[in-house]
Amino acid sequence: MRIHFKTSYQHDIRLFPDRWTLCVYGALLALAFALPYLIGEFYLGEVTNVLIWAIAGLGLMLLTGQTGQASLGHAAFLAIGCYANTILIEQGVPFIIAFPLAGVITGFVGLLIAIPVLRLHGIYLAIATIALSVLADDIIVLTEHWSGGVSGKFPEMITIFGFEIERWSMPSRFYYLVLVVTIICTLFYRNLLRSPLGRAFAAVRDSEVSATAMGVHIARTKGKAFGLSCMITGWAGALMGYYAGTFNNETFSLVISITLLMMIVIGGLGSIHGAFFGAVVVAFLPQALSILKDNVVGSGVAIPGLETGVFGLILIMFILFEPMGIYGRWLKIRTWFELFPFARKDMFRRQKSYLKTERLR
Amino acid sequence: MSLLEINNATLKFGGVVAVNDLSFSVEEGEVYAIVGPNGAGKSTAFNLISRFYEPFAGTFTFDGNNLLERDADQVADLGIARTFQNIELFEHATVLQNLLVGRHRHRKTTLLEEMFFTPRVRREEERHREAVEEVIDFLDLQPYRNKMIAGLPYGVRKVVELGRALASKPRLLLLDEPASGLSVEETQDMRWWIDDIRKQMGITVLMVEHDMGLVSGVSDRVLALADGAKLAEGTPAEVQANPAVIEAYLGAGAV
Repeated sequence: MRIHFKTSYQHDIRLFPDRWTLCVYGALLALAFALPYLIGEFYLGEVTNVLIWAIAGLGLMLLTGQTGQASLGHAAFLAIGCYANTILIEQGVPFIIAFPLAGVITGFVGLLIAIPVLRLHGIYLAIATIALSVLADDIIVLTEHWSGGVSGKFPEMITIFGFEIERWSMPSRFYYLVLVVTIICTLFYRNLLRSPLGRAFAAVRDSEVSATAMGVHIARTKGKAFGLSCMITGWAGALMGYYAGTFNNETFSLVISITLLMMIVIGGLGSIHGAFFGAVVVAFLPQALSILKDNVVGSGVAIPGLETGVFGLILIMFILFEPMGIYGRWLKIRTWFELFPFARKDMFRRQKSYLKTERLR
Repeated sequence: MSLLEINNATLKFGGVVAVNDLSFSVEEGEVYAIVGPNGAGKSTAFNLISRFYEPFAGTFTFDGNNLLERDADQVADLGIARTFQNIELFEHATVLQNLLVGRHRHRKTTLLEEMFFTPRVRREEERHREAVEEVIDFLDLQPYRNKMIAGLPYGVRKVVELGRALASKPRLLLLDEPASGLSVEETQDMRWWIDDIRKQMGITVLMVEHDMGLVSGVSDRVLALADGAKLAEGTPAEVQANPAVIEAYLGAGAV
């Protein structure tokens, strides 16, 4: 059992609480950087896919896990990020400017949409954001002149100061690009969590009344959350475009939105780890299923709806038996070992919450 | 001039008059208690001061500022902090994080600085933490610092909520039933704390409370409400002896 002996406030403020955690994450980072030398190109591509999903997951996690606002429209923001990046590059803007700018543009669009949409709560908010997903498809078709419409677009090769990056011919370079973006997004997320804005997000999520009484402007805070969430999602979208190699109006469909939301619920709402765990499940499950199916019933047989069925089943199982997701399960296992043999069975049982103030307004 | 002045406040919910032409003022440095039977409009008066409700009529002045010109989230910036009758804490956060939200009105950093966690943000965080630690020391919350609210007993939550209000370093503290649901010992603690908040920290306290022992122990002046209107005002002893108050609580002919 480890005991954190704190001697300074910095212990609580800095990124890693102790040397052990620093070592663990340092080792993980070293492994991530050494990965192209350890595994083949196919699996490197799969890991890249996981990281891209994880970035998108971080984006949605900031909004849903941290601020408590569900969104089923994040595929629309993936699309905005992807199209903004591609169109900017086609206009001759270098990647190193176009890519960050694509995220910022997505963030601003998100902020504009947030102003009316975030007046809604719960299920109504979910429905309104579904509309966004559906609208995005139509808008892409209607603005064929810029977006390429149904026939779609092909992102150009990435060049950073003459250094070329392409997903198919040089997967390890593309992997490093995605890895760097992932690290930057994770750092942004982590920094927000340990500063006043991150706490304001949690305050809005848990009690809007008392957040207001403490001086938190609800609409402005939600707007910031939506904007930041969309910015990160936009970056993920741009990378997804490169990863897919081609995209059109159907690439970023409602199914992607639902998958994203499912992913963070399975991973564990409200934690950075959750976004990554969920991404692993979402990215690897289709592959694992098809390998499993080939071995069990033979590769010639097609089972329609297998993937969605299994996804749905997993989601239901998690909501019923492990609402805290994979990360929650991991925390429980870790605590059991840390406290061994003193862990109690109901340590994580949620207490019935006390009566809440009747909703004002 | 009084710190908080309320004149002719009226609020109706449909046909129900929740607060009826209510006027009172709270002086700097005093503990002012509002008592009254259920539904008398005590909490409604609090929600009017917090700007959660829009009054039909009346003026609300805090330290020369017209409260009606402020939004609910701007009230905290003036130096008014409050607790809630049914405890409104941030359940899925630690005690420390809850108290740090209390520091929200003192934040100086911008979104960009926070994203990059610049040295200034780090310094500010330390400053906030220091202020919060003072509150933790004051309320003996050391054992709970890193505990999640969701797992804490009721009595501790009550104290954490008081702590969150104190962390914002207010000039006026609104306590909505600080002793409801507390044991005799916890109520006793609450009494010393309210005394110290006034004497050591120089914070003016306005509270709604049913426990007459606590009210007469700490408050300088008491206002009795019934059906949204003022029934009596004065020292605790005066109000308790007032025939109208006894009638409102116990019914006519009880004495």
